[in-house]
Amino acid sequence: MSGPPGEGPVTPGPVTPGPDGPQSPGPGTPQDAGTPAIATSASGDAPPPASGGEETAQDGRQPFGRIILESIVEGNSAMVTTLAIVAAIVVGGLLIAFTDPVVLTAWSNFSANPGNAFAQAWDSAAGSYSAMFEGAIFNPHTIAAVFQQASLASALHDGYVSAVFNPLSETAVNATPLILAGLAVALAFRAGLFNIGATSQWIGGAMLATWLGFGVSLPPFIHCVVCVIGGFVGGAVIGWVVGVLKARTGAHEVIVTIMLNYVMEYLLSYLLGTSALGKPGSNDLISPNIAGSAVLPHIAGPSLRINAGFLVALAAAVGVWWLLSRSTLGFEFRTVGANPSAARAAGMSVERTWILVFLIAGGLAGLSGAAVVQGTDHFLTFQSYGTYGIDAITVALLGRARPLGTVLAALLYGGLYAGGVQMQAVTQTPASMTEVIQALIVLFVAAPAFVRALFRLRGAKAGGEGQTLAKGWSG
Amino acid sequence: MKLELRGITKRFGSLTANDHIDLTVLPGQIHALLGENGAGKTTLMNVLYGLLQPDEGEFILDGQPTAFHSPKDAINAGIGMVHQHFMLVPVFTVAENITLGVERTHALGLLDRRRTRRDVRELSERYGLHVDPDALVEDIPVGVQQRVEIVKALLREARVLILDEPTAVLTPGETEDLFRVMRELKAGGTSIIFISHKLREVQAIADTITVLRRGKVVGERPPTASDSELALLMVGRKVELRVTKAPAQPGDVVLDVAGLTVPTGDHLLTDHPAAVDDVSFQVRAGEILGIAGVQGNGQTELCEALMGLLPSVAGSVRLSGRDITSATPRDRLRAGVGYIPEDRQEDGLVTDFSVADNLILDVYDRPPFASGLSLNLDAIRSTAVKRVADFDIRTTSTSTPTGTLSGGNQQKVILAREIGRDVKLLVASQPTRGLDVGSIEFVHRRIVEQRDQGVAVVIVSSELDEIYALADRIAVMYEGRITGFRPPTTSAEELGLLMAGAGTGPDAGTQAGAASDSPGEPTEPV
Repeated sequence: MSGPPGEGPVTPGPVTPGPDGPQSPGPGTPQDAGTPAIATSASGDAPPPASGGEETAQDGRQPFGRIILESIVEGNSAMVTTLAIVAAIVVGGLLIAFTDPVVLTAWSNFSANPGNAFAQAWDSAAGSYSAMFEGAIFNPHTIAAVFQQASLASALHDGYVSAVFNPLSETAVNATPLILAGLAVALAFRAGLFNIGATSQWIGGAMLATWLGFGVSLPPFIHCVVCVIGGFVGGAVIGWVVGVLKARTGAHEVIVTIMLNYVMEYLLSYLLGTSALGKPGSNDLISPNIAGSAVLPHIAGPSLRINAGFLVALAAAVGVWWLLSRSTLGFEFRTVGANPSAARAAGMSVERTWILVFLIAGGLAGLSGAAVVQGTDHFLTFQSYGTYGIDAITVALLGRARPLGTVLAALLYGGLYAGGVQMQAVTQTPASMTEVIQALIVLFVAAPAFVRALFRLRGAKAGGEGQTLAKGWSG
Repeated sequence: MKLELRGITKRFGSLTANDHIDLTVLPGQIHALLGENGAGKTTLMNVLYGLLQPDEGEFILDGQPTAFHSPKDAINAGIGMVHQHFMLVPVFTVAENITLGVERTHALGLLDRRRTRRDVRELSERYGLHVDPDALVEDIPVGVQQRVEIVKALLREARVLILDEPTAVLTPGETEDLFRVMRELKAGGTSIIFISHKLREVQAIADTITVLRRGKVVGERPPTASDSELALLMVGRKVELRVTKAPAQPGDVVLDVAGLTVPTGDHLLTDHPAAVDDVSFQVRAGEILGIAGVQGNGQTELCEALMGLLPSVAGSVRLSGRDITSATPRDRLRAGVGYIPEDRQEDGLVTDFSVADNLILDVYDRPPFASGLSLNLDAIRSTAVKRVADFDIRTTSTSTPTGTLSGGNQQKVILAREIGRDVKLLVASQPTRGLDVGSIEFVHRRIVEQRDQGVAVVIVSSELDEIYALADRIAVMYEGRITGFRPPTTSAEELGLLMAGAGTGPDAGTQAGAASDSPGEPTEPV
């Protein structure tokens, strides 16, 4: 009945193996290191070195989804992700060049003037990318314009200074909903769950935030906060439904979230056609504008679209980081995500975790909806949800399901959108080329082995045991 | 066939798994390869079998230098391997499995079932292997599945047969059967490389024993070498093969299990309705109850039911008088139950997590590790440092992922976590499976230490050595029932009989008929 005192100082064990002589496996010595724990059948070829323990290794028993998840989230180093982006930009450049009629004409006369063909191709791609850069990050012409003004004061007053920051503002505005929805997917990933339903949760949040925005009247600041909280709650309710269905009935979250996306999309259309959410006297499926008091304030002057929603998104990212790496709840989430049976044996309730994860993830996606409605759009239409929910998945994967990574990936995507608009305006390259580049990034990220081969990186997994798992989980 | 290994070296990064290994296997010899886990035995055999390529060294077959680039080369050269985990298709028949890849066919490429069956039957009878060519592999016991693997190798004309830890999955009776088969093969001129870390088995069957330690050959001995000499070679220091422990001083009843019944998860796959069938026992403070039995007779389910991980349909579990039959796993852990699960990588650890995180896996939300919702990283780290020192966990740091540790050190992490708390009852399932001698000794000493401090301990093990080393009382489980309670002085033969279901002990009368239910061939008495 007695024992060493519980969590307090433990009585130092009087019995330790004799300190004399060398002892069994030294620090970090893997067991029968690197040998395939399970070999292929007699006639098979040499198998890849399987990591795993000595007697308990039973590879291949993992569910398929988990393997995909691990290979994307864990298998990619930041290096591979970066190189995937580089590769996508290079391939994107080739596509830009060789869909340009001018370039094609030059290449049809390749034998007459090969130099011109290359020059035209380079000009086309470089021109498009520099326009994209100007649209997404900064445009040298705007700086020049500032210096042409009589004084800094007049430059400020006439909006020349804000013009300099307009590209960055646009990037941040485009990134805001992606950060929030991306976090919703990333958080679920870390708990071993696929949240394909950011769309439905986005709609849930956006509907509640919109309704609170035009339906109630409150003092300015309070109204805004109430609507943001409403956005979280609206999304959380939808997420909670998914969690409960999975925990109580074992329904697979992928099916449930995909189907709920349809439910919410049509519910949105329906409600916008009724007096509950629709604009009175309008035949369009559109809501009334939210009250001015519910609009998220601009944070860098009235002429820049960047608003407090971006701060909400960054705060949410910090919150998710804290949750995952500093809180007991996050410890539970990560344990359930990494090994549900060990979580169960350690007394955690896997089901409760599923419900909580989906609740919080739904809330984050709901915030994304609120940020769009309160930050930029100010009303809701039957297709406001756009592709946020789907882009969120790629953003979360690109960000390797880490909060910081998700923010960076969302900024990249936001920049691509902002730059794409500028690119189309300045060059004749269609803005949809940005979507091609985004798709290429995802393709390269999903094929890490290909990227490694392309850049002759040493395989992170092929170098033997130890390296495979030598990756921290914090952050 | 005479097989020589000369200077075989295999490196994995900075680790040298095999370091200039020389080994000569004579025709018709049983050559044992003895070593702890991690000594490089399996690596060496995988190199020999062509699964891995050596960095240095060569193989010489009957005087001819040979290289194996794939298992196919090795098989063609007459080397056969029976892996620790069988490579069989469960839904195929024995004959189909055996001829997989070397199918007997008619002229048109159709399968010649008759010839297949005949070949398999002939071969198995020649060596007294007794396998039924038409039985489905999933229906036959593990011992017979192993024989199927052996026949598979023989059909491919193996003249050197590698058996990788073949006894790990067998009952004592089945082990005796395997030894008989090995002797017949030897008489027929087949050489056998027998990999094991069990001294007793190696002494019983081998003609020559080569001991590996840390990737090097540290000695070759005849089977007459003493236990302590072999253990010294294997571990590199003196080990106590048997934990010295004082007689138990049982106190109050801590665990009282009455009529516990747990249904099987898969009713369709087994004809046995209950995994745990009306099991009753008591464990007192300061005593160790050892539950012996061949793997798969309900011990796993019993442990999981004790922890609340599996629901029971009848019976009750009481902890110090309190009914915990329907308590959640967390309630039980909090009530003072320590749990060392059977599969440490699946249930005991999160292998991606650091040592520090694994050390708090079931106390992460209690002080001092948490205040409110917030984790106290300093407390987690300092406790981890302390536990690593106290339990001699060999790791480069407390933030090293546990998946990279050796099995012994992984088990020490679990042990440190579970008995680092204040426990009244310790449930340990296969606590030393797959561990090296040094770690086994360590784990055993710590468990006995807990007993001496008044903890009630339940040990489930399919290794009789372990049961003998630890138990103050022995219960034998067979097909979900306890077929008898015995004192630790009981002979291995008697326990072997009980493990095979032939129990007629004082409290096992009703199970006497159960033996006839055992599938396949009846296990022969030792």
